[in-house]
Amino acid sequence: MGKLAFMSESSVSKSVPERRKLSAGPLSTGDKWFFRTTSIAANFAFVLVAFILVFLFIQALPALTSQGLPFVYGTEWNNQKDPIVMQIGPMIWGSLLIGAIGVIFATPLAVSLAYLIVFMLPSRLAKVATTLVDLLAALPSVIIGLWGLFVFSPVAAEWATILNKYLGWIPIFQVKSADNGFGGSPFIAGWIVAIMIVPIITSITREVFSQLDRDLINGALALGGSKFSTFRRVIFPTSAGAVVGGILLGLGRALGETVAIYYVLQITFNINWAQILEPNGGAVASMILSKFGEATQDEVSGLIAAGLVLFILTLGINFIASIIVNRAQPWRKN
Amino acid sequence: MNSLTKASTLSSENISVWFGQRQVLSDVNLVFPANKVTALIGPSGCGKSTFIRTLNRMHELIPGAGLAGSVFLDGEDIYGEDFDAVSVRIKIGMVFQKPNPFPTMTIRDNILSGLRLSGRKIENGDEVAETSLRRASIWNEVKDRLNDQAISLSGGQQQRLCIARSLAMNPQVLLMDEPCSALDPGSTRRIEETIKELSSSMTIVIVTHNMQQAQRVSDQTAFFLADDNTPGGVVEFGSTEQIFNGPIDQRTNDYVNGHFG
Repeated sequence: MGKLAFMSESSVSKSVPERRKLSAGPLSTGDKWFFRTTSIAANFAFVLVAFILVFLFIQALPALTSQGLPFVYGTEWNNQKDPIVMQIGPMIWGSLLIGAIGVIFATPLAVSLAYLIVFMLPSRLAKVATTLVDLLAALPSVIIGLWGLFVFSPVAAEWATILNKYLGWIPIFQVKSADNGFGGSPFIAGWIVAIMIVPIITSITREVFSQLDRDLINGALALGGSKFSTFRRVIFPTSAGAVVGGILLGLGRALGETVAIYYVLQITFNINWAQILEPNGGAVASMILSKFGEATQDEVSGLIAAGLVLFILTLGINFIASIIVNRAQPWRKN
Repeated sequence: MNSLTKASTLSSENISVWFGQRQVLSDVNLVFPANKVTALIGPSGCGKSTFIRTLNRMHELIPGAGLAGSVFLDGEDIYGEDFDAVSVRIKIGMVFQKPNPFPTMTIRDNILSGLRLSGRKIENGDEVAETSLRRASIWNEVKDRLNDQAISLSGGQQQRLCIARSLAMNPQVLLMDEPCSALDPGSTRRIEETIKELSSSMTIVIVTHNMQQAQRVSDQTAFFLADDNTPGGVVEFGSTEQIFNGPIDQRTNDYVNGHFG
């Protein structure tokens, strides 16, 4: 009996062994300081974003309470009325429309460019091309805006005239009157934005392409794939999630773009749903820029509220981007 | 099985290979008779993998690659005017060192991927998938999960899937570049069994670092060697029996008995 009792006791103590305390924390004083500085930096970024949000919210509150929900969907801005009317529906829609046009123009360009750089150019030329594209990203947007106004707009207006003439039967290429000219349209602003986001999408796509397992590409070619079928069936599907992430990052920049759009776009408070050649458009950031100089006290609050809306919109898009990127590559989890 | 293409005889004549200015292979003359399994053995860096890539024109994809000599498929030069690289690769399939199933595709789509990539019409996809998977002896393991992602399979299964993927193209020759080097012994054994079964319907060339494997699966063996700073080449070529049990060249004898490499 005594022996049995002893055995059962020992087996109990064996089944629940005492756990030792494990520490994955800093190992040395140097480690501790490294940990502290990095966590301060990380928290600083977070605190900064929170402060900006709080600032925007406090400053925007008077306008938001006086305007109510129509602030985001209404189509009138009048500082002569009493009480003042401030509604930014056309600006929000305009930002999204221009962003979408920009992405539609920029994506094929950027993906082709990335393919060219990674798979076709000899390495020295590829480096030159990469530098050139990255330089495009370094151009200040005011320069692009001025170039857009004086050089690009007249050219793009020609393209728009041709589009309207031959494809005018498609609703998005219709205009109320060709006499208004084809300048100042979301089409032109979309092109300007496209030029500005091509570098971001190219650089992300280039990175993904160059990290692709060469064995996958060789596997496809060894099965009798052509360069194009290999791109379509293997390279692109395998990279698509990350490319979409790059596109949405580009869209984030497009939505925030201010000066360049300000120069080339005819901003009005009439909502332009999709007639992209009409000299009538909107963009939240550019509208803020155009009004800020002469804004009354009440208007300033309205403009800051517009900024808050833009901020939330961009956050939302980045959030959706991260979901799409994760969902688009279920196989990555393995 | 009647619809399968017949195995072909493949041969290389005076194959030399360069990468840029550096010559890595010199004057390789080998014959791979129909329905035979040929093992290419030799220490790392002797040019076996480079050589096997010249046999289906994968070699020319490497920037700066150069080639002299000819490769004949049933007497026709695959580098000649009657062939383009794509039709060569359809006739001469390849299995790589590391399993490389397409990660965005299901098991079934991986099998049919060659047909799609080469722009062929897929008529009886299910039948092609089943036949190919059966020939690679993986059908029983995957028949209930053909629509699962290919990378949900184990490494050994993935490699057999890649073999099945090549088989779906009905190749006359199958090239295998160290197909078992990333696999456990059990998976290796199954692939070796598959190789033996496949040799009844095609010609097989296999690069391997595993002496026992070469002895188990091959009918004939070529021993490659590159001396310091000289291009690699074939030291000895003959029946597997002869290469392992009575090699003529001392270097072959040293290598197959594990004295170097």
